Amino acid sequence: MVSSIVIIGGGQAGAQAIDTLRREGFTGRLVLVCDEPELPYQRPPLSKKFLSAELAADRLLFRHRTFYDEHRVELMLGVKAERLDTSRRRVHLSDGVTLTYDKLLLCLGAVARRITCEGADLVGVHYLRNLADVAPIRAAFKPGARAVVIGGGYIGLESAATARKMGCEVTVLEMADRVMNRVVAPCVSQYFAQEHRSHGINLQCDVRVAGIEGRHRVEHVVCADGTRHPADVVIVGVGAIANTELAEKAGLRSDNGIWVDEYCRTSDADVYAAGDCTNHPSLRYGRRVRLESVDNAFEQSKAAALNILGRATVHDRVPWFWSDQYDNKMLIVGLTQDHDSQVVRGDPQARSFSVCYLKGHELLAVEAINHSKDYMAARKLIADRAVMDPARLADLNVALKDAV
Amino acid sequence: MAKIIFIQPDGARREIDAPIGTTVMETAVQNQVHGIVALCGGACACATCHVYVGEAWLAKVGPREEMEEGMMEAAWEPRENSRLSCQIHVTAELDGLQVTVPAQQGG
Repeated sequence: MVSSIVIIGGGQAGAQAIDTLRREGFTGRLVLVCDEPELPYQRPPLSKKFLSAELAADRLLFRHRTFYDEHRVELMLGVKAERLDTSRRRVHLSDGVTLTYDKLLLCLGAVARRITCEGADLVGVHYLRNLADVAPIRAAFKPGARAVVIGGGYIGLESAATARKMGCEVTVLEMADRVMNRVVAPCVSQYFAQEHRSHGINLQCDVRVAGIEGRHRVEHVVCADGTRHPADVVIVGVGAIANTELAEKAGLRSDNGIWVDEYCRTSDADVYAAGDCTNHPSLRYGRRVRLESVDNAFEQSKAAALNILGRATVHDRVPWFWSDQYDNKMLIVGLTQDHDSQVVRGDPQARSFSVCYLKGHELLAVEAINHSKDYMAARKLIADRAVMDPARLADLNVALKDAV
Repeated sequence: MAKIIFIQPDGARREIDAPIGTTVMETAVQNQVHGIVALCGGACACATCHVYVGEAWLAKVGPREEMEEGMMEAAWEPRENSRLSCQIHVTAELDGLQVTVPAQQGG
């Protein structure tokens, strides 16, 4: 009989677990521990409309405070879980409190990867991951301010687009030969590079940052080839690392994420995990994955909550992702690894196209740029392991859902 | 505030005062209207806040936009009066708006 559940982490996964547990009839003690002081909030707008102040903070919240009161959720916010004792089912918190649990759910998320070059800790160098990170960045994004973004991934490019919209002079420095190189096809990288340049961003690929200079605060970002970029503010977006520290110290199996099975169980029978912090099996793709995805956090956490309540539920969904840059919406579904061919549908010049990834004739993933129709069709096709007809796939007169 | 009326597939009604300037989706989520998932938080990326707009309100709410149109591809049982509630902004004009929640969200 489960009478006490503790959730650690108040992101998408933590918030969803609360919802599912109460909706599915769990009436026992439910505690949420989160090291951030805010009520659980949505992270995606932090680099977009919240950064540009188009969206007020209360509109980020998953639920208002009354929800937690009405659903008898004990919120322990601004408190860090310091140590986990799985043998006694206890969590020791930074404020001295010790919680006991029947079942524990770890929704610890990921943390921004830090750079270590000289000057990396100068005033004016920022990372964007949490709500609290936004205010100083927003304040620095004054019209005319020179913003240098290190890293041309999702966070880097979204922040760059927002900075530009807010009137900054923006430089983006990417180490690889193209932006978003780990997540999209070359033609998609090219399309977005062109978009950023046409909005007046100085985008440089194939550059390595050697250091950051400044007397009291950041003044220049210096590249390995000697180029110096004047900077009033620096945003670093060079990826994220699964937050496994608490789990590892407790002896839970971890390897690029907290190791869980398809039922979201960790190596300890009473501890579950969900979201960005997990390394989990993808049944669809036949391998283990670690995903940074709102959708995965939501689905995996829902499955974890049901499993905690004794209702065996396998987490097996095709993951999807999105990014907004200027007026472009990129929607991605599936995982591209192991593909052996790509088919581009449409013309990037027309600002609406998609890239289909195939293994043989099986559809593995689709990247859709301003093309929600292909994206939605692909979600179903990929889950169904649809076998495509490449000739029909390349024919724009044939809808994606019919190109089988 | 504008009053939004949410109708469940079984006919159950809920009237909720929505702040002007927010979206119908936000009102539904903050008030735990069953059947509105809104996973992407209003980015028009997930089609899990699908509603049917009451016939009398169609003209005032307006048609689907292009992006939204594509999202309907895999929505559950889309109809002529289908909208994504994250794309309906609450205005004083929409006071009394009736929307029906579908029996399912997603494809």
